[in-house]
Amino acid sequence: MLGYTIKRLLQMVLVLFVVSIIVFLMMSFTGDPVFMVIPIDSTQAEIEQARRLLGLDQSLFSQYWIFLSNLLQGDFGRSYVFRQPAMDLILERLPATIEMVLVAMAFATVIAIPLGVYAGANPNRTASRGIMAGSLFGISLPGFWVGMMLIYFFSVRHPLLPSSGRGETIEILGLRLSIFTADGWSHILLPAVTLALATLAIILRITRAGMMEVMRQDYIRFARAKGASRTHILFAHGLKNALIPVVTIFGLQLGDLIAFATITETIFAWPGTGKLLIDSIYRGDRPVIVVYLMLTAFIFVVINFLVDIVYTVIDPRITVK
Amino acid sequence: MQRLLSSEFVHNYRHNIPAVLGSLLVLAFAFLAIFGPLLVWQDPYDVSQLELMDSFKPPVWLEGGHPRYLLGTDGQGRDVLASIIYGARISAFIGIAAMACSCVIGTILGLISGYYGGMLDAVIMRVADIQLSFPSMLIALFLMSAFGNGIGMILIALTAVGWVVYARTVRGSTLSEIQKEYIQAARVAGLSDTEIIRRHVLPNVLTPLIVVSTIQVGSFILIEASLSFLGVGVPITEPSLGLLVKEGFDVLFSGIWWTSAFPGLFIMFLVFGINLFGDFLRDELNPRLR
Repeated sequence: MLGYTIKRLLQMVLVLFVVSIIVFLMMSFTGDPVFMVIPIDSTQAEIEQARRLLGLDQSLFSQYWIFLSNLLQGDFGRSYVFRQPAMDLILERLPATIEMVLVAMAFATVIAIPLGVYAGANPNRTASRGIMAGSLFGISLPGFWVGMMLIYFFSVRHPLLPSSGRGETIEILGLRLSIFTADGWSHILLPAVTLALATLAIILRITRAGMMEVMRQDYIRFARAKGASRTHILFAHGLKNALIPVVTIFGLQLGDLIAFATITETIFAWPGTGKLLIDSIYRGDRPVIVVYLMLTAFIFVVINFLVDIVYTVIDPRITVK
Repeated sequence: MQRLLSSEFVHNYRHNIPAVLGSLLVLAFAFLAIFGPLLVWQDPYDVSQLELMDSFKPPVWLEGGHPRYLLGTDGQGRDVLASIIYGARISAFIGIAAMACSCVIGTILGLISGYYGGMLDAVIMRVADIQLSFPSMLIALFLMSAFGNGIGMILIALTAVGWVVYARTVRGSTLSEIQKEYIQAARVAGLSDTEIIRRHVLPNVLTPLIVVSTIQVGSFILIEASLSFLGVGVPITEPSLGLLVKEGFDVLFSGIWWTSAFPGLFIMFLVFGINLFGDFLRDELNPRLR
């Protein structure tokens, strides 16, 4: 187990290294950042000087070397627009994104797992077919459009809920969170629902597939013969074993939610990292884009690592090599 | 033909209401995308055909609607229905073309990987692994922000995202296929590697790809719509359905919902139809998953 953990940790470092090369290379294609930092009326000499200061006069390889050694020393560059360290900008907005992603994940799980268990345990009932058709519908929905329609119905047509921003936040352990105020909840509701839909549908389908597989097993028949109650069979014997693939998909979905949060945040003007990324793309604020990508890559790699570890813990049948 | 019509596949299809519904939806959309421009009276991108006086007309069943504009008009007096039909062509083209590119590139890499094995296989599969640990939406978004807008760029970005699933599927089936005796027979008969791959391996690994491709067209249409919505997708001169929704977003707060609601609804039914049909294909062609 220890050997496996160390091997996975080394893989994580390798993946991050590869990602840093790709991010660096792609970013160097996006045009000359020097025009982002200098005044429009700069002279040629000033342009050259700015270029030297940014290290853009050096070869691609030594630029990458500078980039990497800066990263490793915790220097992530400064935003061209805000003139602040890019990492600070992102960390400041990270709680907002994580809060929204977690609330969306909670919505999705709470609804998806019972429905998935039901549909998997009674695959031939009309209600189950309805649930499955509904989940396919959920996968087919364009998330951004759902968000807009929710805004139209709940903010424009019937002004019940706010359409933008985070509302009142309370500082807890140094993090500004909105889920502890009523106003905060009214703000987070629509974006979280928008974000949750696709994940809900996917978790539901995986849970159902897992349940259908598990309900065929001998131990379920045995539990029935033993006289265990139906609820007990469904949740203690069935769901517990059906959850294994759900855990994997859970990790992947967490990553997807972070990615799709860029869209949801843009629609609801939610002050998180996703909106910052989109704004930075519009403004050509390269350091912020780079730090965002490296940070999300780091988060994804860690999530995948944790999923793998959890996997071996909850399913003793899996032996690690 | 007679044999096809009486086959189990067709029988199952005819008794599967969602599958029939799904394929009817897809056919209807295909018809609209091909012949649509002949059916609508206005070319929404020909400025001479636009009436600024008719801007922001609501759909025909609402007060103030005009019978000429079934689903209303946008700020430039463009017929929403006509814009949708023109936009659907772009969305569908991107979805299908990107799927085709991913399929070709992914299949070739998968064949190489599975047939030759070794270093090449290791490299291709590690790249695939790394890529799969990141959400495709984020990779596409990142590539688009580096490349800039444009239909060609979207095709590249989606292909870069989409090849992985083909490569993995094809590699898996290739590995099991080359164990079989007929491949060894072909080797003994003195056929070259390329010949064996092309004539014997390729035809036998294609079936699972049908399902992958169907579902992928749907997901590509959604990703493209999302990218265009974020403003890093198609250029304004070639508005896809996603871009139409984005343009509608700006006026949504003044209560003008039809310019964004209908294009989105259209995307939804298009993708829903594709997914319904894909689900049926998966159950049919891959009985293990049933």
